[in-house]
Amino acid sequence: MADLLGDIVQAFQLILSGDPEIYGIVSRSLFFSGTAIILAILWGTPIAMLIAMKEFRGKTILKTLFNTLIGLPTVVLGLILFLIFSKAGPLGFLGLLYTPGAIMIGQAILVTPILVSIGISAIESVDPEIMNLSKTLGASESQAQIAVLKEAINGIVLSDLASFNRAIGELGVVLLVGGNIAGGGNRTDVLTTAISRDVQIGEIGLAVALGILLVIILFTINIIVVVLRKANYLVELAKGPYSKLKSSREIAK
Amino acid sequence: MTVTAELKDVTKAYGNKIVVDAVNLQIHEGEILALLGPNGSGKTTILKILAFIENPTGGEVTFQGEKVNFKNTEKVRLQSTLVFQKTTVFGTSVYYNIVYGLKLRKVPKQTRDREVKKALELVKLEGFEKCNARKLSGGEQQRVAIARALVLKTKLLLLDEPTANLDPKNAGILEEVIDTVNREDKVTIVMATHNMFQAKKLPHRIALMDEGKITEIGSPAEVFGKLSKNLASFAAVDNTFTGTAKATAAGTSKVDVGNGVQIEVTAQRQGATVVFINPQDIILSKTAVESSARNMFKGKITEITDLDSLVKLKVNVGKPFTVQITKQSFNEMGLCLNAEVFIAFKASSVQVL
Repeated sequence: MADLLGDIVQAFQLILSGDPEIYGIVSRSLFFSGTAIILAILWGTPIAMLIAMKEFRGKTILKTLFNTLIGLPTVVLGLILFLIFSKAGPLGFLGLLYTPGAIMIGQAILVTPILVSIGISAIESVDPEIMNLSKTLGASESQAQIAVLKEAINGIVLSDLASFNRAIGELGVVLLVGGNIAGGGNRTDVLTTAISRDVQIGEIGLAVALGILLVIILFTINIIVVVLRKANYLVELAKGPYSKLKSSREIAK
Repeated sequence: MTVTAELKDVTKAYGNKIVVDAVNLQIHEGEILALLGPNGSGKTTILKILAFIENPTGGEVTFQGEKVNFKNTEKVRLQSTLVFQKTTVFGTSVYYNIVYGLKLRKVPKQTRDREVKKALELVKLEGFEKCNARKLSGGEQQRVAIARALVLKTKLLLLDEPTANLDPKNAGILEEVIDTVNREDKVTIVMATHNMFQAKKLPHRIALMDEGKITEIGSPAEVFGKLSKNLASFAAVDNTFTGTAKATAAGTSKVDVGNGVQIEVTAQRQGATVVFINPQDIILSKTAVESSARNMFKGKITEITDLDSLVKLKVNVGKPFTVQITKQSFNEMGLCLNAEVFIAFKASSVQVL
């Protein structure tokens, strides 16, 4: 019991002392997962738009596939990517295994099903007439699609957030393709892998500190988005010059 | 006469269902043309084709002399705009809604702001810029939709049942706006309507539509003058009945429209006649009321449609009547489907076409 208490005290000391080792791991985690989300947004948003806005054969099957892939165990995806990136694998020549690049690509692939599935529901929940409305006001096909996307902005941001949370909190992919390398110029240890390593080598205080910081990161991001959504700020950010909307009753007063 | 747009043998089919059948139609510059016909007669599809958001399955569309094809659709689309029957607004401010089309046309900000202000004044929504468009009433939203179309100053303004779901106050404001922009700004307007009253009042020409075809086209006087030819088309429009008129001793006429329903009208008529009663002119009651109204019928409510502050009811008295009452009256009277009610209207409220 005294040990546990000691570990917790040590964890807070480490956090408060601004320990460079700890904050190096935190910033690496944020950078890798942030880049992964940007990558996933770049290819996931067009996929979601395509599936949600176009009618084609096999649409339902494709939607079900993305939904199913959300539940894919990260360790299985990690194994698949390991085989692909390993020297004998099809992309072995890129030399990506055990590099930050492999982690970012791996996390981006991992979160794509979440991003696409929530994105599809968000776009499909937009009034179908918005597309035609934009066109009657002079929009081209792509401008009309952007108008629909702006209507779905709340759901889209939610999907980005859920994806980021999944990426920063996952262990399987980063461990298998990143290798959890704690030295040299290309370190690949991140919050989750470092926690697992520190527990194994008995550095419980360090592991607890990293765990606390991981929870704080997740919590902070969620709170920011909840606040922004409440103020309708995201919708306005995407659309108009006014950050605060009034109801007609307020105007009448 | 300059032709703004023309449909040549235009057909539109969804699968096996033909909704527009080989329609030929010229839209003259500066006119108000009304497409009058029952629901499902193809009015909305023609408007969508003229707004270039729907491609015809067959035939040819020209806009200002230029043939429209997939290459120039996006260009001509900037010259034509459509206001839908079901109002759709972007879920943001009134200002953003109205400025959207101007931004697409790369109009400078100063001009944009000025035009938005002017358009809001025209539809009597001054000061509503910062309002959330989705929080407005149905009537106000429809006025935003009209303002949003008007700022674009397109050659062609298309209106799909612009006043169908509005209370009389909002409908009046919109009719005034339509008339003003046509007269003062020379905007060419094509509007779909099944409101006989509106069709007689606003347009220069009427195209009567039935089952995807234009059955008659001409000035209101010409079209309403050739009733016998178009009885079937007219009969499909709300509260429009065809029957045989007989003069009464009191100097009025009684029109037998079938199923035991005889409608008394002030005009003296004999023989085949078409009558129309504005849904707002009909009084609904739960019991027989003694009044000066010459027409009173007992029937059952067969359909209830919620229209924002109004409720539209279908009452079958042998013939189906459309009645429009306020939501407050509807709630206070405790009406429901299959309820027995009485409808009453004055002989002078009946329009004889």
